[in-house]
Amino acid sequence: MHAFGARKRARHVREWIIEKLLFASAIVSVFTTLAILGVLLFEAIDFFKQVSILEFFTETRWTPLFKPQHFGILPLVWDTILVTIIALTVAVPVGLGSAIFLSEYAPDRLRRIVKPVLEILAGVPTVVYGYFALTFVTPFLQNFFPEMIVFNALSAGLVMGVMIIPMVSSLSEDAMLAVPQSFREGAYALGAHKHEVVLRIVVPSALSGIVASFILAISRAIGETMIVSIAAGSTPKLTINPLESIQTMTGYITQISLGEAPFGSLEYRTIFSVGLTLFIMVLVVNLIGQWVARRYWKRY
Amino acid sequence: MMVTRKSSRKRSVVRKVKGGILYSLCLIGIIIGLVSLAILLYDAFADGLPWLDFQFLISFPSRFPEQAGILAALFGSIWVVGLTAIISFPLGVGTALYLEEYAPQNRLTSFIQLNIANLAGVPSIVYGILGLGLFVEALALGRSVLAGALTMTLLILPVIIIASQEAIRSVPRAYREGAYALGATRWQVTRGIVLPQAFPGMLTGTILALSRAIGEAAPMIAIAALVYVRFVPTGPLDRFTVMPIQIFNWVSLPQPEFRGLAAAGILVLLAVLLGMNSIAIFIRNRYQKRAR
Repeated sequence: MHAFGARKRARHVREWIIEKLLFASAIVSVFTTLAILGVLLFEAIDFFKQVSILEFFTETRWTPLFKPQHFGILPLVWDTILVTIIALTVAVPVGLGSAIFLSEYAPDRLRRIVKPVLEILAGVPTVVYGYFALTFVTPFLQNFFPEMIVFNALSAGLVMGVMIIPMVSSLSEDAMLAVPQSFREGAYALGAHKHEVVLRIVVPSALSGIVASFILAISRAIGETMIVSIAAGSTPKLTINPLESIQTMTGYITQISLGEAPFGSLEYRTIFSVGLTLFIMVLVVNLIGQWVARRYWKRY
Repeated sequence: MMVTRKSSRKRSVVRKVKGGILYSLCLIGIIIGLVSLAILLYDAFADGLPWLDFQFLISFPSRFPEQAGILAALFGSIWVVGLTAIISFPLGVGTALYLEEYAPQNRLTSFIQLNIANLAGVPSIVYGILGLGLFVEALALGRSVLAGALTMTLLILPVIIIASQEAIRSVPRAYREGAYALGATRWQVTRGIVLPQAFPGMLTGTILALSRAIGEAAPMIAIAALVYVRFVPTGPLDRFTVMPIQIFNWVSLPQPEFRGLAAAGILVLLAVLLGMNSIAIFIRNRYQKRAR
C-alpha cells in the first residue's frame, strides 16, 4: 500500500514537471518578442542619444558612412515603399489572376499539377532571386532602358513581385474555394455568365481573404532583404525613378552587417534604429492584415 | 422588336468577349508565374553547370575562381541546420503540445497564440539583428555556429509550432477520451496516443521549416558577417559561413567568373533543398497511408 502511494506521488510529480517543461517551451516565444523589442529599443535609445529623433524622421539624407553624416531615415523608408509598390504591381494582378484561374477555371487534374509547381516559387531561396534579378532581369531590361543602372529598384521590385506571387495566389485561392458552390449556382440560375459569376459573386464574397493576402504581400515585400541587397544598390535617395540605384532599410542593414562599420560605433548602431523602424512598419501592416481578415471574415 | 433582338444579341457577344478576356487574363497570370520559374531555373543551370564539378564541392573559397569551392559553406550550413534541428524540434513540439493538450483557455494562452502568429510575420533580418544583439554580443557567443543556430531556431520556431499544432489537432478526440477513460494521466495520453499519431506531421513541418532555414541568407549575414572562411567548423563555437552567404559573396564580386560560381552554389543549394523536401514528402505519404 505504501509503495503504491509512493508510485502515485512520483507520477504526480512527473506530471507536474512535464507540464512546467512544456509551459517553459511555450514561453520561449513570448521571450523572443520581448527580446526583439528589448534589443532594438536598448540599442536604438543609445543611438537616439547621439542623433535627435527629429533629425531621424525629417532629414532627407541618409549618409552615416561618410562625412558629413546625415541620419534621415526618409530615403530608406521611401525606397522600401518604392520597391514594395513595384513588387505589388506584379504580385497582385498575377497572383489574383492565378488564383481565379486555379479556383474557377482549371480542371481538377490541371490544378493538382500547376499549384505545387507554382508554389515552388515560394520555396526558392531569396538569394537565388537576387542572383536572377542582377544577372538576368537587369541585362534584359537594359535592352529597353539603356539608361538603366546595373543596380536599380525596378529589377529588384519585379523579381520580388514574382517571389510573392504564390503567397497572393494561394491565400486568395483558399478564400475563393471557401465561397459555397450554391452562391455560384444561384448566379448561374439567374442567367449569369462565368465571368459575371467570378467578378460579381466569387471575388466579392472572398474579398476579405483576398485583401488580407495583398496586405501580407506588402509585409513580405517590406521585410525582404536579399533581393534588394544584391540587385537594388546601396544609395538611398528620394526618387520616383525606378531605373536608379536605391537602398531599402533591409538592404542597409545587410550592408552594415557585412562589416562596413566597427562594432559599437554610432554607424553600427544605426542598424538597430533602422531595424526598429522596419519592425514597427511590418508590425503595423501585419496587424492591419489580421484586422481585415477578422473584421470581414465570413463563415459560409 | 428587331432592334431589341439585335441589341440583345450584341450584348450577348459583348458578354462572351468579356468572359474571354477575363479567362485570358487569368491564364496569362498563371503563365507568367510558371514561365518566371522556368527562366529562373534555366538561368541558374545555364550559368552554373559549367562550374559545377567535384572539385567545386571539396574546395574552399579562393581568389582564383577555378580553385574556389563551396566546402566551407556546405559544412557550415549542415552545422547550423543540424544544431537548429536539435534545439528547435523539442521546443516547437513542446510548445505545440502545451497549447493543444495542456493550456487552459485563458488570456495568457490566447496571447501566446497571437504572439506566435505575429512572430511568424517578423522579417528574417530582424531575427538577424536580434541574434546579433542577444547571442553574439550580450551572451558573448561571438559570431559562432551556436549563435547562428540559436538565431535560426527563433526564426523557424513559429513555423514548427503551427505545423505541429495542426498535426496534433488531426488526432481524433475519441482516441484521447478512450485513454483517459482507462485512467491514463495527461502525459500518458500525450505520449502514448497524441505524440505517435502526430509525429509524422510534426516531422514533416520541421523538415520544411529547416529547408527554409538552409536558404536564409539575411539573418546569417548579420550573425556570421565574415564571408571568407577557409575552414570547416569543428565545434559549435567556431566561426562559420553558410551557402547563401557564400553565394551572396560571389554574386557581389564584379568578375563574371564568380557569377558562375554563385550559380553553381545555387545549384548545390537547390539540390539540398530538393533532398530535404523529398524526405518530408516521403514521410508524409508513408505515414498518411499507414494511418488509413
